[in-house]
Amino acid sequence: MTDASLSNAPAAPRSSRSLHTVDERTRKRNASEKRFRAYGITAILIGLVFLAVLAVSIVRSGMPAFSRMVVDIEFTLTQAQFDEAESQLMKTSAYQEFFNAALQERMESAGVTVPFDAAAVERILGKTGGTIREFYRANPDRLGEPVRFELPAASRVDGYYKGRLSRDTMVDSRFLMTTDLDIVDAMHDAGILKRGFNWTFIQGTDSGVDNPGGAGIGASVIGSFFMMIVVLVLSLPIGVAASIYLEEFAPQNRFTDLIEVNISNLAAVPSIVFGILGLAVFIQFMHLPQSAPLVGGLVLTLMTLPTIIIATRASLKAVPPSIRDAALGVGASRMQAVFHHVLPLAMPGILTGTIIGLAQALGETAPLLLIGMVGYVAREYPDGLIAGFTEANSAMPAQIYTWAARADVAFYEKAWGGIIILLMFLLTMNILAIILRRRYERRW
Amino acid sequence: MPVLWLVLIMLGIAAAGFVLGRSRAMARAGGDSRKLHSLPGYYGANAALKAIVPAAGVLLVWLLAQPYYVTSVVSEMIPETAIGDGSSLGLVMSEVRRTADGLDNAVALGLMTEDFARNARADITDITQRLKDAGQIVTSDVTQPIMRAAQEFRVLNARGNLLMTGVVLALAVAGTLWGLRESFASFRARNVVESGILALLIAAASIAILTTVGIVLSLVFNTWEFFKLYPAADFFFGLEWSPSFSGRGGSSELGIVPLLWGTFYISIVALAVAVPIGLFSAIYLSEYASPRIRAFAKPMLEVLAGIPTIVYGLFALLTVGPMLMRVFGDEGLGWMQSGTAVMTAGLVMGVMLIPFVSSLSDDIINAVPQALRDGSYGLGATQSETIRQVVLPAALPGIVGAILLAASRAIGETMIVVLGAGAAARLSMNPFDAMTTVTAKIVSQLTGDSDFASPEALVAFALGMTLFVLTLGLNVLALYIVRKYREQYE
Repeated sequence: MTDASLSNAPAAPRSSRSLHTVDERTRKRNASEKRFRAYGITAILIGLVFLAVLAVSIVRSGMPAFSRMVVDIEFTLTQAQFDEAESQLMKTSAYQEFFNAALQERMESAGVTVPFDAAAVERILGKTGGTIREFYRANPDRLGEPVRFELPAASRVDGYYKGRLSRDTMVDSRFLMTTDLDIVDAMHDAGILKRGFNWTFIQGTDSGVDNPGGAGIGASVIGSFFMMIVVLVLSLPIGVAASIYLEEFAPQNRFTDLIEVNISNLAAVPSIVFGILGLAVFIQFMHLPQSAPLVGGLVLTLMTLPTIIIATRASLKAVPPSIRDAALGVGASRMQAVFHHVLPLAMPGILTGTIIGLAQALGETAPLLLIGMVGYVAREYPDGLIAGFTEANSAMPAQIYTWAARADVAFYEKAWGGIIILLMFLLTMNILAIILRRRYERRW
Repeated sequence: MPVLWLVLIMLGIAAAGFVLGRSRAMARAGGDSRKLHSLPGYYGANAALKAIVPAAGVLLVWLLAQPYYVTSVVSEMIPETAIGDGSSLGLVMSEVRRTADGLDNAVALGLMTEDFARNARADITDITQRLKDAGQIVTSDVTQPIMRAAQEFRVLNARGNLLMTGVVLALAVAGTLWGLRESFASFRARNVVESGILALLIAAASIAILTTVGIVLSLVFNTWEFFKLYPAADFFFGLEWSPSFSGRGGSSELGIVPLLWGTFYISIVALAVAVPIGLFSAIYLSEYASPRIRAFAKPMLEVLAGIPTIVYGLFALLTVGPMLMRVFGDEGLGWMQSGTAVMTAGLVMGVMLIPFVSSLSDDIINAVPQALRDGSYGLGATQSETIRQVVLPAALPGIVGAILLAASRAIGETMIVVLGAGAAARLSMNPFDAMTTVTAKIVSQLTGDSDFASPEALVAFALGMTLFVLTLGLNVLALYIVRKYREQYE
């Protein structure tokens, strides 16, 4: 060996240069190494940039949904004025006159000189009389003392401040005139018209297609809540039972294989197919009520089961066999070993998997479209517990889709706002899952 | 809802059975639990299980069977003449159901007595008028046969519900008594309870099979119905998709080819975005990144997978679409007519699939044995040469599997294409054209108000069937490849 290399050595073409100087080929290889690394970094950065763009556009487009322009005004209605208004034929317009007088006074005291008439006020603020009348009829004891009212401005005025509407492009209509904008600006400068938190969006129900200002997500949050109860109540016990069987008791045979293949396939079936299943089986065949959270919950349960089963099996598998052996050794039956020892130890993992499965189900939209949650306008909260399951309602993602599909641009803002609320729920659930995992996870 | 009450009463009986069974066993053993075969709780559980399982089973079957039975009995009452032209038995039956609901509500509101609602000789105009007074939606005029059928429908349902309550409660009580009779010291209660629980566990596991069977049956039956109305060859090879509205029949062209083309085009754009980004991220994260970067970047990328698809849909419609329009639209290059297009949906779907490709490939690259890398380094290869010439070829089958899984996701994705891809079905090569997909059309055909028996609605099931078969095939292939590959290194 040594001889051979010695005798061959002079014949081999040797580079005269030192190994420390980099030759052409090495430089190329090093450069390509650097390039390759850069590709990787770029790919990750692109991914993160997409995430950032998504987050920014959600926050930027969604935040306006949580605020609205309100007129903040304090005025006093005496008993005499109340009686006078109630005795008239047009009760609400009588109240409106009182309000206009109060507004006039407030404007003058603030030094606003822009002239305005009752019609302009109605265009800017809508019919205020009804709100005021309702308040005093409900609280007659507040008569005679100063009361602060926060009255929402019309949706076009709102759009003016949110940039949906500009002076240059707007056309005079019976909804809003260009001259109204002068009044609005003056009121804004005087601090009468200001930005307030939009409680209607949080608490309210869906409105008709022509009233984006009054649309709220409240009812659909309740709808989602009832759906999640159905999913939790059905999928957790069934999922855990199925996993216990497959992981602890199932013999190796055809039937077990069949179940396993089915579960892994169901996990990958497109969600819309589950919607078709729900439509055909629950609505067409079983005649369950359309658009009901019960049906939505059943469909989402079938979708969530594979997720929960896979997570549960993983955490059952993570419990070491020595625990089972010890239980069997002191005389427990196999069933007792599982239910008294293995299952409690696996519980944190199971709950984590369940929460993640629920979060997935909460954001799922496509199956809800098919069971009729989109055509339905959720104008009312369900009355009562049972009605919450069986009466038609919307759900958060379906509501967002409904808003996104409407023609009025003002609804887009609501859709983004709805997404912020939906994501907040998802974030809370995922954080809960992470805390649960950190706190109770056990390494064997 | 009486069913809820029934379930609660059943649970109450079971709870009573548990307490009684337990105390009876203890009493039989003279208060000494050592004389019992099993722990006292098992005697209670035996009684409770026997109370609840048969009763709940019967309840479930009854709830499924009763509507079916009632519908078949009532629909026989409807004479051929009552089914008008352009109508069908299904439509008449839903009319019957609506009328019955109206009667229910009217009785609940106190506008008519139960006897009146059931009175078969009641004057038809009077009863219709009262229904209208009650604010119940009664379409046009209720005809005599429909009103009779609705009345019969209510009577049968009421009778069925009463019978069901009786049978279920009787079963629950009988089961409890049976369990109580067995509460004696030498009864092997634990073994009985445990085999009962095992049966329940097996039943829970079988739900996965039932779901698949349900999916396949609901798809196959309705697809079959569709092919009876519309020739299968035209569906599979038709180059035009233009359904007429609300099933007025006649001139619908329901060819799947343009939809499949849209689906594949969008999926290809999505994969063209997701595969390079996802793959390079996975390579960097598994081969180069320090643990700290990995701990930060990997969960951040996976956040993308946790975002609901409706969010991506809105992102496509309201952010990406207008952004693309600015560059490629009329003011820019002029290739794009509207914000919804193949490119819009494809790009956003690609973003959604990045974490899918990256985390699957990451797992697969990590599974390549270190010895292969060390061997390559030992021969003088640089890290990137090792990755390109050793690690990637070794991981290739797994990566192909991951890409196939991502493709099946892309094909089955609904919300992004419903909101971002447009509604026009066309065969075009321009990625800036609006096109539509199989999933988007399933949604639009089933959410309209067309009759479920019309070919325009039934076509959705045929589309669903196609989608199911396609994604199932891709998944099975991908899982086979991934599994095969895993075995190689185990």
